[in-house]
Amino acid sequence: MVRPYAMTRGRTTSAGQHRLDLIAVVLAEPEAGDPESDPTLSPEHVDIVGLCRDTPQSLAELAAELDLPVGVVRVLIGDLVARELVHVTRPVPPAELPDESILRDVINGLRAL
Amino acid sequence: MIFGRSERGKPPVEPVTLKILVAGGFGVGKTTLVGAVSEIRPLRTEELLTEAGRPIDDTSGVEGKHTTTVAMDFGRITLREDLVLYLFGTPGQERFWFMWDELSEGALGAVVLADTRRLEDCFAAVDYFERRSIPFVVGVNCFEGAARYPEDEVRQALDLDADVPLLLCDARDRETVKEVLIGVVEHAMACAADRRQSVTT
Ligand SMILES: Nc1nc2c(ncn2[C@@H]2O[C@H](COP(=O)(O)OP(=O)(O)OP(=O)(O)O)[C@@H](O)[C@H]2O)c(=O)[nH]1
Ligand SMILES: [Mg+2]
Repeated sequence: MVRPYAMTRGRTTSAGQHRLDLIAVVLAEPEAGDPESDPTLSPEHVDIVGLCRDTPQSLAELAAELDLPVGVVRVLIGDLVARELVHVTRPVPPAELPDESILRDVINGLRAL
Repeated sequence: MIFGRSERGKPPVEPVTLKILVAGGFGVGKTTLVGAVSEIRPLRTEELLTEAGRPIDDTSGVEGKHTTTVAMDFGRITLREDLVLYLFGTPGQERFWFMWDELSEGALGAVVLADTRRLEDCFAAVDYFERRSIPFVVGVNCFEGAARYPEDEVRQALDLDADVPLLLCDARDRETVKEVLIGVVEHAMACAADRRQSVTT
C-alpha cells in the first residue's frame, strides 16, 4: 500500500498544465524512447505510457485501470507530456457543441448498438 | 484494448470523446442505467479532497487523509473507432456536489433519473442543469409497484420547461436506456440550434 500522492511527490498539479478533462485522451508519442530508461520516472509513469501505446485512453480510463485517484493520474500525465512521451487531445471545449454531423453519428451509433 | 491494436507503423486514431451525465437521487438506478449500455463494467474513480479545494471532510487530527473515495459510475460506449461516448454517474450525496462542476464541464447533456415515488429526490439535479443551461432529459425509471402517473403530472411536479423531454425507461433495459441517451443527444442538438437562432436574430 502506497500513499498515492507519494508518487507525485506531493504535487497536486503539474507545471504549465491546464486541468485535464476526464475524457481528454492520452496517446503515446510514436517516436518516444523507452520510458523505463528514465530513472526519474515512477513505475506508474511507465504503466501509463504502456497503456497508451496501442490504444488511446481517456484520463478516466487510466485512473480506473491503474486504480489511482484522478488527481494523481493528472499529475503523472503532466510529467509525461513535459517529457514528450505522450500527448493529449482535448475534448470539444465546453461552450461549443461538437459538429452537428458528429451528433448525428452519435445518434445513429446508439441506434445501431 | 478498446480501439484495437494499431497495425504496425500506423498510428492509432485519435477518437472524438463525448460525455453524458447521469444524475438523480439515491438508489434511483444510475449505476444500473450505466451498466445496461456500457461495454465495461461500471468503474469507480477516486477523488481528491485537496484538489477540490473544499474542506468537505474535517481532516484535522487525521493527518495525511487527502483522498476520499467518491463512487462515480463510469461507462463507455465505443460508437466507432474514432467516436467514443462516456457516461458518468454523478455521486448522489450532497457533500460531493463540487464534483458535478468538473463532470459537467464540456458535457453534451445529462439524464436526470426520477422515481415517481420520490420525485423530490431529483429536484436538486433538475435545478443544477437548468441553472447552467446544460441540456437534460428526465428519465422516469419505472419500478414495478410504483404507480404510473400521467406525464403532465410528473412535469408539473418537477416544474419542467415545456421543451425538456420526459421519457419513460427501465434502467435495466438496454433498449429503453438507448432511447433515453438518443433523447439527450437530440435535445442537445435542438438546444444548440435554438442558441444559434437567437444569436443570428
Ligand atoms: N424494478 C426495478 N429495479 C431497478 C430499476 N433500476 C434499478 N433497479 C434496482 O434498484 C436498486 C438501486 O439501483 P442502483 O442502480 O444501484 O441505483 P443508484 O442510483 O446507482 O444508487 P446510488 O448510487 O446508491 O445512489 C438496485 O437494486 C437495482 O437493481 C428498474 O428500472 N426497475
Ligand atoms: Mg450507484
